[in-house]
Amino acid sequence: MTKFFFPDLGETMFDGPTTLEPILAEHPFLKGMKKEHLALITGCASNVKWDAGTYLFREGQGADQFYIVRQGTIAIEAFSPAHGPLVLQTVGEGDILGWAWLVPPYRWHFDGHATDLVRAIAFDGKCLRTKCEKDHELGYELLKRFSEIMSQRLDVTRMQLLDLYDDMPTKGIRRK
Amino acid sequence: MSAVASSPDPMFPRPYRVHRVTKETSDTFTLELLPEAGHAGFAFAAGQFNMLYVCGIGEVPISISGDPGVPQALVHTTRAVGAVTKGMEELKKGDSIGIRGPFGTNWPVAEAEGNDVVFVAGGIGLAPLRPALYQVLASRERFGRVVLLYGARTPEDILYRKQLKEWRADLGLEVHVSVDRATRDWRGNVGVVTTLIPRVPFDPYNTVAMVCGPEVMIRYTVMELERRGVAQENIHVSLERNMKCGIGFCGHCQHGPNFVCKDGPVFPFSRVRDLMNQREV
Repeated sequence: MTKFFFPDLGETMFDGPTTLEPILAEHPFLKGMKKEHLALITGCASNVKWDAGTYLFREGQGADQFYIVRQGTIAIEAFSPAHGPLVLQTVGEGDILGWAWLVPPYRWHFDGHATDLVRAIAFDGKCLRTKCEKDHELGYELLKRFSEIMSQRLDVTRMQLLDLYDDMPTKGIRRK
Repeated sequence: MSAVASSPDPMFPRPYRVHRVTKETSDTFTLELLPEAGHAGFAFAAGQFNMLYVCGIGEVPISISGDPGVPQALVHTTRAVGAVTKGMEELKKGDSIGIRGPFGTNWPVAEAEGNDVVFVAGGIGLAPLRPALYQVLASRERFGRVVLLYGARTPEDILYRKQLKEWRADLGLEVHVSVDRATRDWRGNVGVVTTLIPRVPFDPYNTVAMVCGPEVMIRYTVMELERRGVAQENIHVSLERNMKCGIGFCGHCQHGPNFVCKDGPVFPFSRVRDLMNQREV
């Protein structure tokens, strides 16, 4: 999975940056985008924060956002009546979180639970979808980047499904 | 990578007695063994393995997981998966066991000096890496960042939990653990161990990586390390094959031109890269 960092970003960005554009331009997910596209995307972005223990989103809710995580960890969970919340994956600093905003019916499929204080840049999915419909080049550019994230997530999910760690005794013992 | 010389007759087991059996997780345990009277044990290098013979049942290869600085005591952690290892799990303090070894190549600990060191372990793959961790942490000042990325099935399957906490607190080992499945009681990462690689700070251009775990995990780990910028020649992996004699004589563990027991189990990845992608060699 590719991870994204903000190497030069301090807390000062929360004290009132005039625009998120220079910050977003440095993020690997958006790096290399045309300036006019970046400006369109920045127009849909805002800083957000969640306290530990709160939910960013719940399964079934409308998914009209995605996030670039700046700080903290989010547990992606499914609720099981028998076992309570089961953590499927954790997402942390630099990660992209959420693509349900791209896929009808635009609903979250899992819960997103902040395990500690989370700061992120949120992107308004409705706003972006409208802009992508008007500017297909922007839409294609975003879709390419999201496809890479989805592909990486699919790979690691497949590896999780393999239950790999059960496969290795420790040095060539095969059921001996 | 050099192999440490084994006993004069590598096919003849030396007698050891069980000093302690520790249950690590639901299906893994650690044996601590001391030499029986008549011999003083032997030195070993991090990454090597022994053949352990349980009287009347059979013999299995198991990596050494103890401290190379304390060679008198042999430590082996393994999973109870078949007749021999289940018999081994039943051993009690004072019981006898036969040991042949040490066999094979070692982790390049000395060569890693001056660099960052990244250990990547999956499941019980942490056991063969632990001797290298002992060595690196014993001369911590000779290395840059020392990072352990460890993947386990569930929080209950984490090996050496207490020791990892101590190493993290006292010796500056950066430990990052990720599990495949968890409930909310687990406060750490969830996901395969490869997802940790891009998150951890180390200098990829001055890093030696040592990787041990299931072979699929090794392949994907190497891909992530390379994506991060670690050169293939600085990535070392420990392989598993069906080893019998331990000295490259019987051919059971042949892997292309290599005998894993003699030319491995620790290989520079560049040497086994092409073989790992072949279904049959």
